[in-house]
Amino acid sequence: MADAMNFDLVCPERSVASFMAIEVQLPGSEGDMTAMINHAPILTTLRPGILSASGADGITEYVVTGGFAEVKPDGVTVLAEQATKRSSFTQEDMDGLIEGVKVLLDLSDEATQNSAGKTYADALALAGTLGFSVA
Amino acid sequence: MPNLSDLKSRIASVKSTRKITKAMQMVASAKLRRAQDAAQAGRPYAERFNSVMTGLASSVGASEGGPRLLTGTGSEQTQLLVVMTAERGLCGGFNSNIVKLARVAAKKLLAEGKIVKILTVGKKGRESLKREFGDALLDHVDLSDVKRVGYDNAEKIARNVLSRFNNNEFDVAKIYFSEFGSIINQVPTELQVIPAKFNSAVGEREVYDYEPSEEDILADLLPRAVATQVFTALLENAASEQGARMSAMDNATRNAGEMIDKLTIQYNRSRQAKITNELIEIISGAEAL
Repeated sequence: MADAMNFDLVCPERSVASFMAIEVQLPGSEGDMTAMINHAPILTTLRPGILSASGADGITEYVVTGGFAEVKPDGVTVLAEQATKRSSFTQEDMDGLIEGVKVLLDLSDEATQNSAGKTYADALALAGTLGFSVA
Repeated sequence: MPNLSDLKSRIASVKSTRKITKAMQMVASAKLRRAQDAAQAGRPYAERFNSVMTGLASSVGASEGGPRLLTGTGSEQTQLLVVMTAERGLCGGFNSNIVKLARVAAKKLLAEGKIVKILTVGKKGRESLKREFGDALLDHVDLSDVKRVGYDNAEKIARNVLSRFNNNEFDVAKIYFSEFGSIINQVPTELQVIPAKFNSAVGEREVYDYEPSEEDILADLLPRAVATQVFTALLENAASEQGARMSAMDNATRNAGEMIDKLTIQYNRSRQAKITNELIEIISGAEAL
């Protein structure tokens, strides 16, 4: 694979994935984007959504709950708060995510509430995509 | 000279103590391995996070009107000390070293006429600071039900600290924890988290595009930086605690062994003395006939 680049997906608790990928689709907070090799360096925050990376063994999809991604010409590094393979993401995980955002919504200061409102909407959209119900 | 049965029960009790300390040492060494693995697994995230923050902070932070988490409130009058210790004792100087460092810092700040507030994580730190700084204790985070520290624990602590910062309860926050060097070497450490300090000694850095803007990203990431630092500290603390307990229990086991040897010699000597005594009595009785 001549046009592959490094792809790293790291959580605070462990490194989730690290392999050579051809392209990576990121759920950026301002919209989705796809990164391939020789992409201009960019730093973006992520919204709760689905990240998919296509490597040698097909496309792997992960559910990320926020964080940020660093794209460089030679690779992509995603620092996610939580990342789970889409296939092992359960209704419980979804509930946990919604619960976490709701805590932020209840906080007093305005700035947090604004961003949490957006995150909440994104989380609901994610639940819809994955076919999970929201309590 | 204690009598034979006293000695015997003494030996038995020291033996059972040795069994306990030996078991604790083995449990600690198993836990240490897990804690070390966790600390290792958390390192890539923290390292990358810090390198990104360093880059961001050096370009945005210098400007006036940057985020308060980076530039500070312009005052250092009120300081929050977050003292992170273990929930359990019997781990050598682990807890007392952290508390000592925090106590020295608190006394220094008080002598400078500053206001000190303390938030404790872990029961042991709270117990030892309560007497001296009872009024300064703001809050306590209990981790005794947590089997394995996760990022969500760190996030909760960070949220607690951040909401107090947003309510102007303090100007500077420092965390106290023990950095894990090795089983016999744990270094009590002080780290300032608010305003954030990043190593600005990096050379050339790449020019990034930012989405959303640089300022927005920084504002989004700074609270997470606090959580990340707290999480790293919790992981280091967990490994240090088990390392300290392991070496403390190793010492205790060895001491118990020495004590048993000493007591056994004493026991044998007094038994021998008693036998000799009885023989002399019998012989002198026979001679008198």
